[in-house]
Amino acid sequence: MIEFNNIKKKFGELEVLKGIDFEVTLGKVTAVLGPNGSGKTTLIKSLLGMVFPDSGNIHLDGYRLNGKADYRNKIGYLPQIARFPENLTARELLKMVSSVRSTGSNEMDLLDRFGLESYLDKKLLHLSGGTRQKINIVMALMFDAEYLILDEPTTGLDPIALKMLKQVIEEQKADGKTILITSHILNFVEEVADEVVFLLEGHIHYQGSIAKLITATNTTNLESAIARLMEDRDV
Amino acid sequence: MFNIIRYTFYDLLRSRWSIFYMLFFMITSSALLFLSNDLGNAIISLMNILLILAPLVGTIFGVIFYYNSSDFTELLLAHPLKRSTIFLGQLYGLCISLSLSLVIGLGLPFLFYGLLYSDAIFDFLILLVDGVVLTFIFVGLAYIIALKNDNKVKGFGYALLMWLAFAILYDGMLLVIMMKFQDYPLDTFSLVSTVLNPIDLSRILILLKLDISALLGYTGALYQQFFGTIFGLIISFGLLLIWSLLPSGLVLKIATAKDF
Repeated sequence: MIEFNNIKKKFGELEVLKGIDFEVTLGKVTAVLGPNGSGKTTLIKSLLGMVFPDSGNIHLDGYRLNGKADYRNKIGYLPQIARFPENLTARELLKMVSSVRSTGSNEMDLLDRFGLESYLDKKLLHLSGGTRQKINIVMALMFDAEYLILDEPTTGLDPIALKMLKQVIEEQKADGKTILITSHILNFVEEVADEVVFLLEGHIHYQGSIAKLITATNTTNLESAIARLMEDRDV
Repeated sequence: MFNIIRYTFYDLLRSRWSIFYMLFFMITSSALLFLSNDLGNAIISLMNILLILAPLVGTIFGVIFYYNSSDFTELLLAHPLKRSTIFLGQLYGLCISLSLSLVIGLGLPFLFYGLLYSDAIFDFLILLVDGVVLTFIFVGLAYIIALKNDNKVKGFGYALLMWLAFAILYDGMLLVIMMKFQDYPLDTFSLVSTVLNPIDLSRILILLKLDISALLGYTGALYQQFFGTIFGLIISFGLLLIWSLLPSGLVLKIATAKDF
């Protein structure tokens, strides 16, 4: 289980997180939503140990994050931007990344699924953005980690790859994985997520299931529900 | 850390800039050797180029590499790796690849010219050591500046300013101070001020080895007088080694506390 307790973070004068409390439910897909600058990325980066919160703490399976790196063996992370060392081949990159983990990796099946085998010996410089994003997805999934954090996973994907991504998320969920997603594409979130956390200006404005949110806001889909939440706040 | 060094090194070794850098030294040293027809003269001419160019290239590559690899660094940060492993791995991978370009670029023409049968071999080795140490120092300093500045334009500007300060402004300033205060004893001041600039230290190291008093300049001559040639060599080399470790220590300190 992932627990965030009263997380606060300031960058200079800008207070990005103003006391975030929430728990990520095990075995579910939770989407963190919010406009640009709402603190989504900062929240996820705090969990990954890239950003140090000013106060509050984060627990993962009861272990309090304290600056050590080992707990990240349990996490598979898909960053938003797929940029790698340009002159390495995809094969070398995968080898490098699997060499940094103590757990074994299983990339062959994933490479096959995303049709990446023929690209393995090409320099990453020569691969398209979409292909690099597929490699990114493979790297996030290949360690069979218990927790998956996907930051804008749909960026640059073609419709076939997008379909495959949804399928993979479904499978991972069926495998009992806990998945945390950020995305701007609300249709995608509605399709894959069970729960949403809506962040606005450093506070959580809604946390719960998508169905409840739609009912509570008296709308028909997630997009209108989120729009309603934002309008209500402005009034 | 070895893995990060290895793959950073592989990546950079295949980059066309490393090859340009190597070719530049190869062409320059071949030209100097065949024009001057003398190993010693070629070494002195190369020293003047190297003392400006190795810090400049180290600085530019340092900032560009840091900014270019920042997305990948974030990916590595999400893995169970210590920050020291990631940042020192990348830093040393870059330093080693640049140093290799420099050593091969300078080394091959000299080897073909018959370096091994001449008595200038140790002078040449000192030249290489100077180049490698300066690369480590300036890549490290550039890395510190890039780590401290998320704004690329600012980071690049500060890094170039840092190079300009060490390579050119520093000596100019010293000269002005010495002219202004020529009536006072300036020995200690100039000895200390040399220690604070790795480019000056490198110049003294090689000039002491070459034993060319005419080129030593005021501080060099002081060095020789104060420490003697051998002790001067050891002192300046030791100080350069300390200089090359300092930036890594600072990189580590900044990187472990930084939010990415």
